[in-house]
Amino acid sequence: MTIPKPANNQKKKFDVHSVRGDFPILRQLVHGKPLVYLDNAATSQKPQAVIDALVRYYSTDNANIHRGVHELSMRATEQYENARGKVKTFLNAADDREIIFVRGTTEAINLVASSFGHKFIKAGDEIIVSNMEHHSNIVPWQILCEQTGAKLRVVPITDTGELMMDEYGKMLGPRTKLVSILHVSNSLGTINPAERIVKLAHDRGVPVLLDGAQSVPHMAVDVRKLGCDFYAFSGHKLFGPTSIGILYGKREWLEQMPPYQGGGDMIKSVTFEKTIYNDLPYKFEAGTPNIAGVIGLGAAIDYVNSVGYENIAAQEHALLEYGTKKLSGIDGLTIIGTAKNKSAVISFTMKQAHPHDIGTILDAEGVAVRTGHHCTQPVMECFHIPATARASFAFYNTKEEVDVLVKSIDKVLEVFG
Amino acid sequence: MTEPQTPAVAWEELDELYRHTILDHYKNPRNREALAHPDAQARGYNPFCGDEVKLAFAVRGGRVQQVSAQSQGCAICQASASLMSEMLKGTRTDKLRWFAERFRELMRGKGLSAEERHVFGDVEALAGVAQFPIRIKCALLAWSTLDEAMDDYEARHKT
Repeated sequence: MTIPKPANNQKKKFDVHSVRGDFPILRQLVHGKPLVYLDNAATSQKPQAVIDALVRYYSTDNANIHRGVHELSMRATEQYENARGKVKTFLNAADDREIIFVRGTTEAINLVASSFGHKFIKAGDEIIVSNMEHHSNIVPWQILCEQTGAKLRVVPITDTGELMMDEYGKMLGPRTKLVSILHVSNSLGTINPAERIVKLAHDRGVPVLLDGAQSVPHMAVDVRKLGCDFYAFSGHKLFGPTSIGILYGKREWLEQMPPYQGGGDMIKSVTFEKTIYNDLPYKFEAGTPNIAGVIGLGAAIDYVNSVGYENIAAQEHALLEYGTKKLSGIDGLTIIGTAKNKSAVISFTMKQAHPHDIGTILDAEGVAVRTGHHCTQPVMECFHIPATARASFAFYNTKEEVDVLVKSIDKVLEVFG
Repeated sequence: MTEPQTPAVAWEELDELYRHTILDHYKNPRNREALAHPDAQARGYNPFCGDEVKLAFAVRGGRVQQVSAQSQGCAICQASASLMSEMLKGTRTDKLRWFAERFRELMRGKGLSAEERHVFGDVEALAGVAQFPIRIKCALLAWSTLDEAMDDYEARHKT
């Protein structure tokens, strides 16, 4: 077992081949070919430092948190709360108590829909989302609307896959109670103008939730600079474990919101006459949490900081530019999502073959891409397509891997052309 | 490199999967014209990939006389619908549910006997799909739509 280096601010020079060495899963053959993993928007791979953190926790420190007076419990609690501090710094939140551990982005949004929604949203009120949302930022609001009689408004998108900001501005009105929009689109790659979205809403006194599932793996996020009221992301897309995620919420909102789930850890005292809820953030963390996941997420944040967002952004930008150029040159291939401000996602269709057929042929070449609607059926409807094939990059991908992708697409043409 | 953890998919195998019968039926699907007076119809839809099969047939003397299979989606889905439509023509309606069931078994890897092979004909070209578990649902859509068309047929012909 290697001991991960402590996080420090000394940035090492970026070398993609040395970085790839940190990810043991990348050293394998799939169907006899070197794995080319281009499905990072679905989930990212885990560096050895994260795997080691999980092994170490279960090997030496496993205990329940916040209740034991014994040594292991204190160690587990310390690491758990230490990770909360790392997330706070990572997002530049004002206070540890604004960081709630949840299962992922989906649960974070459901928490806000359930808790904020039932307290502040009534019949006739409006919630604004956009046409490019992931289903997890549509369905919780539809459920809330069904229960309360509120109405969902949808900001339309252009044919390049960008938000129609004028329409958004017009939609904000006296009935708007919340805006919930994704920061970066998983199926189109569009980076939305988050600061402007927040500013326009705040001018009208409307709070904003940003779905950051696809942004934190690629760019530094400063919630105070963005000004958003809530921010949600998932650990597993940030090179951390699955089933751990973050809801950031401004304290003034979280204090006013009722608990999301009842149980242990979220109470101060329980009697049948009156139960007193715990303070933030524990009010929203009922039951024994995913302790190992939290510690693993902390390790993932340390790892990402050690690589450095400048390096991540530079490598991904180069991959996006190179991949876009190469794929654009393929006969019959159309790139879906051509926003000016884009993260390293290339969704495409081919006139010769359906995305699922593309995916099967690419898989035989060891190339992992996602095919389907990517949980964004309204986006597919907008572009009048049933599905796309999607290559999504991380900083550990290389230009040589883009070349393998292109060669594999040639095989598709060989069969279907 | 660590040892390969997944069996190699030979290029020949993939080529075999797509090249011949399947690609032919994908590019030139049979029986796509709508029927003026169907005795049964159903629409199958897979929301995960947008695959769609619209199936209709007309019956005379207890046998399928005309078939219409209109499909949209991937090569395997469309070829499966087209191959099935060819197989249905002239068949006794009381055999159709068994066809659907036997096809599901084929996708679970249970090969056809000599006698069944005679009945299924070119449909056997789809047997290779069983090697690609994630694609089995693509091949199955036409056959589950056949079951639904039979529901429609029986509902219309209740005595």
